[in-house]
Amino acid sequence: MADLSRDDVAHLASLARIDLSGAELDSMVGELAQIIASVESVQQAPIADVTPMSHPMPITNVTRPDEVRPSLTPEEALAGAPDSELSRFAVPRILTED
Amino acid sequence: MSDPTRMTAAALADALASGDLSSEQVTRAHLDRTEAVDETIGAYLHVSAESALAQARAVDERRAKGEDLHRLAGVPIAVKDVMTTTGIPTTAGSKMLQGWVPPYDATVVSKLKAAGLPILGKTNMDEFAMGSSTEHSAFGRTRNPWDLDRTPGGSGGGSSAVVSSWQAPFATGTDTGGSIRQPAALTGSVGVKPTYGAMSRHGLIAMASSLDQAGPCARTVLDTALLHEVMAGHDPLDSTSIDQPVPDVVGAARRADVSGMRIGIVKELTGDGFAPQVQARFDEAVQHLVDAGAEVVEVSCPNFVHALGAYYLIMPSEASSNLARFDAMRYGLRVAPEGIDAPSAEQVMAASRDAGFGDEVKRRIILGTYALSSGYYDAYYGNAQKVRRLIADDFATAFQTADVLISPTAPTTAFRFGEKTDDPTAMYAGDIATIPANLAGVPGMSLPSGLAEDGLPAGFQVLAPAMADDRLYTVGAALEQRLVSAWGGQLLQQAPDPATTKGA
Repeated sequence: MADLSRDDVAHLASLARIDLSGAELDSMVGELAQIIASVESVQQAPIADVTPMSHPMPITNVTRPDEVRPSLTPEEALAGAPDSELSRFAVPRILTED
Repeated sequence: MSDPTRMTAAALADALASGDLSSEQVTRAHLDRTEAVDETIGAYLHVSAESALAQARAVDERRAKGEDLHRLAGVPIAVKDVMTTTGIPTTAGSKMLQGWVPPYDATVVSKLKAAGLPILGKTNMDEFAMGSSTEHSAFGRTRNPWDLDRTPGGSGGGSSAVVSSWQAPFATGTDTGGSIRQPAALTGSVGVKPTYGAMSRHGLIAMASSLDQAGPCARTVLDTALLHEVMAGHDPLDSTSIDQPVPDVVGAARRADVSGMRIGIVKELTGDGFAPQVQARFDEAVQHLVDAGAEVVEVSCPNFVHALGAYYLIMPSEASSNLARFDAMRYGLRVAPEGIDAPSAEQVMAASRDAGFGDEVKRRIILGTYALSSGYYDAYYGNAQKVRRLIADDFATAFQTADVLISPTAPTTAFRFGEKTDDPTAMYAGDIATIPANLAGVPGMSLPSGLAEDGLPAGFQVLAPAMADDRLYTVGAALEQRLVSAWGGQLLQQAPDPATTKGA
């Protein structure tokens, strides 16, 4: 099956939005290869014609009437925020100049 | 009156109801015990002494007025730090949430408060519940009260350790692949993973949503049942919560009658791969059940051998998605990347996630990202979901033959710190007997089966069909009665006292 290179792991880390250091990347390449080798056994299971099971319960969408209900106040919602301004979350710049 | 910290929750409830003890006395006794031993054990991340005593006094006042109280009112409890609590920090064992005080209570916490259980504090855990040893907590490890050089298991090592070192009569846990049952086995306590959906997940910091399940940790089967009853029930705030009556688990624990029950030994979860002494304690326990009138049969669940592989694809896939919420924007850690003027949100996010997450969490997020990525989805995640179906089918077939299934809970007794941290797959293999229940959503219990040659406790697992959680308690209590009688008292009474065996 797939051989994970250091570049592959760096790409996965960027998809996962984690800035891994060079040393972290080096150790993770070996660890992930080992884990992937051990989980590949799922492909040896008798899975032909088996319906996948994504959840232990039959899931149906649950809805409720669209009614106003008590909720967190803006102060409560912002209490754990790293930064806030004018009763809103303050975030780093989202748009670039490109 | 005996030391309140050595009493069971059931006995404490009786003493409170009769007026022999006040909740303030009981709560203070547990806080004093924590002050004496927890520097050694490291089971609590936050001790909420003042609010616990205030809750206790409030219950005492209500009782003095003759109010009708819940039967456990005034019995203090510890809460795993993965459950949100207003007024008490909630970190899930991660630097990402250090110092965060949630604006709402998890539903199970609301239920504890409504029943009048003072909350002693929040217990240590592997970061975001990822681990089987509590070595992956960002805030230091928890030691096993039986041997301070060994882990208490994980991820709920803190909850099991507070219970087994007499710092709380019971505690809450969560079990995604065995995080309640495996630490119970390694610390000589009792732990239950209820049927998936039987207890609300609202306010539990999610790891893998289709596997995570809250449940009780205690020292006796009856105490576990009493706590189960408080925590369980439908919650409209959790769309996967089951809207059916909770089975009478307390009645089942008190009944403890297995005569005529068919008990199935899972062939694939015994023998090879299990330490001989763990297997020996299991075999003796089986004989006790036979003596109590149960019929024991062997059942085969041939696809359980694939459970570990399926779990370690499904769990990280769901975790990678769930942990995307830690984006440094609305709560949690925010770190500016070095050497960048006016960094973008994405750059801040990536720097914060590198600084906030520990190695095991990063490993699982990246593994999950890989398993869900285009080109590999079918081979990994898709096939794992098919294996999950096979495992659920194995359970369904086995439950046609047997009322409950049994196995040792963990392959070994408690392992030493560092013994498995360099080899993730060795650590993962410790969950081999507990994982199938999470994949299929069925309930499971671990209770102590005795001491192995190394002087450490071994665990005995009982599994039941979905929504038949009461059967766990019937079998567990029947076995416990016979074992306690054979041991001449609770197994935990034989554990060394950490107050006199200061740490390594």
